[in-house]
Amino acid sequence: MPLIEVRGLRVDYGSGAEAVHAVVDAGLTLYSGQVLGLAGESGSGKSTLAYAMTRLLRAPGMITGGEVLLHGEGGHTLDLLAADEKQLRELRWSRVAVVLQSAMHALNPVMTIGVQLTDVLHAHMPELDHRERHERAGGLLEMVGINADRLGSYPHQLSGGMRQRVMIAMALALEPAVVIMDEPTTALDVVTQREILQELTELQHKLSFAVLFITHDLSLLVEIAETIAVMYAGRLIERAPARSLYRAPRHPYTVGLLESFPALHGPRKRLTGITGSPPDLRNPPPGCAFHPRCQYAMDVCRTDVPVTIQLGSGDRSAACWLQTGDRPVPPELARPDPEAGPPALDSTGSEPAAAGRQT
Amino acid sequence: MTVVQPATRPVSDQPPALLEARGLTRHFAAARGRGVVHAVDDASIALAPGSITGLVGESGSGKSTLARLLAMLVPPTAGELLLDGTAIRASKRGRRAYARNVQLVLQDPFSSLNPVHDVRYHLARPLQVQGLCPPGARLDDVIMGLLERVALTPAAQFIRKYPHELSGGQRQRVAIARALAVQPRVLLADEPVSMLDVSIRLGVLNLLADLRENEGLTILYITHDIASARYLSDDIAVMYAGQLVESGPARSVTDSPAHPYTQLLLSAAPDPAQPLSAPLPGHGGAPSLLAPPTGCRFHPRCPHAMAICSATEPPPAQVAPGHVSSCWLHSPEYAPASAQTTAEGGTDEPPSKLTDTD
Repeated sequence: MPLIEVRGLRVDYGSGAEAVHAVVDAGLTLYSGQVLGLAGESGSGKSTLAYAMTRLLRAPGMITGGEVLLHGEGGHTLDLLAADEKQLRELRWSRVAVVLQSAMHALNPVMTIGVQLTDVLHAHMPELDHRERHERAGGLLEMVGINADRLGSYPHQLSGGMRQRVMIAMALALEPAVVIMDEPTTALDVVTQREILQELTELQHKLSFAVLFITHDLSLLVEIAETIAVMYAGRLIERAPARSLYRAPRHPYTVGLLESFPALHGPRKRLTGITGSPPDLRNPPPGCAFHPRCQYAMDVCRTDVPVTIQLGSGDRSAACWLQTGDRPVPPELARPDPEAGPPALDSTGSEPAAAGRQT
Repeated sequence: MTVVQPATRPVSDQPPALLEARGLTRHFAAARGRGVVHAVDDASIALAPGSITGLVGESGSGKSTLARLLAMLVPPTAGELLLDGTAIRASKRGRRAYARNVQLVLQDPFSSLNPVHDVRYHLARPLQVQGLCPPGARLDDVIMGLLERVALTPAAQFIRKYPHELSGGQRQRVAIARALAVQPRVLLADEPVSMLDVSIRLGVLNLLADLRENEGLTILYITHDIASARYLSDDIAVMYAGQLVESGPARSVTDSPAHPYTQLLLSAAPDPAQPLSAPLPGHGGAPSLLAPPTGCRFHPRCPHAMAICSATEPPPAQVAPGHVSSCWLHSPEYAPASAQTTAEGGTDEPPSKLTDTD
């Protein structure tokens, strides 16, 4: 069941001719209980998308179009972009929670974590008395593997990993349906990162909330996400089940990104990654924003923005002129999809440009 | 599946190290007299001419302090540095001569370049300091040559640019060009790509590989990312809590890690080929360096910890040609029968044969 549907979302920084289009026509569906990964480099618009979805975007950021539908219980649907402050206040934390990258700055340094945890409960569950709130806060800490006697600790008395665990406990305090996580483990060491991700996955199985996991680390997403969406220069350029994306990417940028991570096993070979650097969004290239770095660039790529093309019958799409079905596809972009029954090339070849969304 | 690779060079017949650290130690006084931070303890590392050595460790393991010691930016508490087998004097003149041979590239190209000066200034400055500045117009030729070496072409376009006009990858290339200006023989690169975007990291890593390949530059590549160290380096040294715990040929260290900490580091690294749920061989975080654990500093986190581990520091032991690890499991009287199986490492062998202590 779709939980959040983002349709045609556009976000600008600034206005008029100077405006930077940080997110352009983003479409994304998050299903209940799903872990959806959103990958992209810095400046690709992935964090802006998350902030816009939750109406946390601050000036000069401006939502200039689209809708974000939050489907509630009993078929009740709300467009978050049209919601007023009161509606948002009720939704935030109880239905949609956010975990930010830097737990260092997200926690108040002069309040104990116990006070900060019970504050959430105080605001959203006024029926609890002081002792019940305290007990629940202790239970939340223990849920993320921290002893309840740390409720009296100040943030600086906790390690980086523990602080990020506290943030996760706070996000889960009201059992939200969706948790949006923006680079939640990037500032942590690999061992701590892995421990937190394992705990998060266990909690997610137990409480079955949906996660939108935003990171630049595609190799991490392949491990934890069911579905991955890749952003480049403000647009979603590919979406696929994690294994399909890893084994059989369909967009040249995804291919390059996957080849930018050296492997931990096997023979060592020279990797080329992606030449050039990400575009300046103040002055984006015409046509497909990736064409100056793309080894397969054709004439059409330099002039026309590619449409998003549904590939096969499953949940996969790509925005690339090579995937429209009327051109030969290089073998790197047509590897057999492990999730699809027949080879993906056949299915895309026979139904050209099905359900393409013009941008 | 994994085969122990023989060392690329036999250790004993190696050419003498270009840069060698013997027993380098650096302690810092903690604030308000609360004791001593053991940032680096008794670190010995040798960089063979024309080789790339990867120095891997978590944050707080002392790898950046070791880089600063090797660059002579901080004086050591104990130990010595040898260049071409000759001990370095800590005098001002000795340091300057040393800087001609050994240069450091820092992590953050956004703060290591001065925003009010252009590229030309940044690259001319080391030449002036070292008295290598060619007269007049020839300076621009030298600077253009430097820009070309780090693939900032056409160089004429970059020479007058200011840092804010460059992308992160381009800035890091300028920082590398600045280090190369005095024609050093050793480049110490402290996390040179961790601040850069994923898609341009590889370009900078490949640049370092090319500098070694084409110009015989000796490089110490410091990183927290063991996969990139495996990609770039001939040898890898692993640092934990201020000490070097394992070193050897890159393939040997990553394919058959011998030290339990290296095994933990490798199984925690993101790896699409491995399920997330696979249990980690070890737990917890790095210890306080104010009061490091007694004996082996890894023992509080180690799944194989024995009585001896908390009492006595393990001696380095050779586990394969050129591959050294400091762990009591390698000494015959403490090695359990199954220890060597785990040393084969990898993910294919579940560590079920081991008696878990926790």
